[in-house]
Amino acid sequence: MSLLKHAARTFLLSDFVKAMWLTFRYMFRPKATINYPYEKGPLSPRFRGEHALRRYPDGEERCIACKLCEAICPAQAITIEAAVAADGSRRTTRYDIDMTKCIYCGYCQEACPVEAIVEGPNFEFATETREELFYNKEKLLKNGEMWEQEIATNLKLDAPYR
Amino acid sequence: MADLLVEFFQWGFGVTLVPWFATLLGIVVGILAIVLPLLLAVAMSVYMDRKVWAGMQLRRGPNVVGPWGLMQSFADGLKLFLKETIIPASANKFVFLLAPALTFLLALVAWAVIPFDAGVVLSNLNVGVLYLFAISSLGVYGIILSGWASNSRYAFLGALRCSAQMVSYEVSIGFVLVTVLMTAGSLNLSDIVMAQKGQWYIFTPLLPMAVVFFISALAETNRPPFDLPEAEAEIVAGYQVEYSSMAFALFFLGEYANIILMCAMVSILFLGGWLPPLDWAPLYIIPGWIWFFGKIFFVFFLFSWVKATVPRYRYDQLMRLGWKVFLPLSLLWVVLTGVFLLLTGKIPV
Repeated sequence: MSLLKHAARTFLLSDFVKAMWLTFRYMFRPKATINYPYEKGPLSPRFRGEHALRRYPDGEERCIACKLCEAICPAQAITIEAAVAADGSRRTTRYDIDMTKCIYCGYCQEACPVEAIVEGPNFEFATETREELFYNKEKLLKNGEMWEQEIATNLKLDAPYR
Repeated sequence: MADLLVEFFQWGFGVTLVPWFATLLGIVVGILAIVLPLLLAVAMSVYMDRKVWAGMQLRRGPNVVGPWGLMQSFADGLKLFLKETIIPASANKFVFLLAPALTFLLALVAWAVIPFDAGVVLSNLNVGVLYLFAISSLGVYGIILSGWASNSRYAFLGALRCSAQMVSYEVSIGFVLVTVLMTAGSLNLSDIVMAQKGQWYIFTPLLPMAVVFFISALAETNRPPFDLPEAEAEIVAGYQVEYSSMAFALFFLGEYANIILMCAMVSILFLGGWLPPLDWAPLYIIPGWIWFFGKIFFVFFLFSWVKATVPRYRYDQLMRLGWKVFLPLSLLWVVLTGVFLLLTGKIPV
């Protein structure tokens, strides 16, 4: 009897028919993928994307050239040079991040005592040439201006958990 | 066609065509009328294949190029066209380039005998089925030659697999064809279609043969679950591994033209070609070629559907299915059909 059953199942292709019915129903389900360039997935406030150097609301640079980020960076992607500015404060004259070296661990942000260097929510900064990924101070400050609103919101949202 | 052209030239340009030239021109126009829509159909079927496949995997599929991604295939074609044709240093140059051309050519040539509607056929051969069978058997040469000429192990393995697979499944396809042509009493494809008037063969005891033919067609065109010749995971892409640019595109076009051809064959042999499902007058209002394309569309959907559903067979399973299941089954059906026709006196004269 079981032999007959087995033969019937084999010749009627019942397993295949069942599987095909399953895939057919799946075709009408909502898609699991999103329509990426036009539609984006949610990001956590802790998301570690492109770097930015922030300023205080009065326009003063936050960075005090303490070089903690340079020291902690496991990929040694950060290079900082410092000098005394005209007002007698210590400022960076050079703040470079090699984005091709960076591993996006977020340690620089953790190390920073003044929340100057942060990793923002932007992850779409692909470039056509390698050289464009060697960020300098100017570029990082520009990022800070561009993303300040989002970065500030994210920092505020994440603050209770720190 | 030739008479029409003579009339057209006389009316339009006031030129009288020499009879042999008119015939030649008629054939060329006929070929173009088949090949150009066919190439368009190939592009669209690649798109449909990807879309169906994506849909069943809960993905979106191509949706950026053109409305709903309809132009994706043309973008891919353009990309391939602009790329460099790389010929491996150790390859046999002539055979290496001949193989894709051969595959593509054979896939197109087979369409000469396919009837699209009553009387709408380029060449109404009396041995249409045999012609198709011969052409699809020749198809293996393109793959064997490419595998050998590439001088690469993966390509050679793929070619070996492919030839063994195609030879195995041609046997059962042959017997399935025998049952159909015994029932229809003709080797002419138009006659086979006309014999199904009012009753498609899929609704007769030939149904199991339709299933066997469909599955063999999957194996014959190297479609999943029988895509061992190009198994990406094990032998990268089999016989296609060394090909790039237009040479690869020709393989691709040939492959899909073959798939559409097999869909057309299923439609003609079992789904009544250009005939509506019932021999009922209002259904004949819809032109025959629309019925025919609808059927091809449906069978192609089945091809994509199977691809999205079933995982790849192991090679010994493939051989077992071909030789130990399909061959005895189709042979048995040949005998049964013969006995049935003899006993009921329905042997067509």
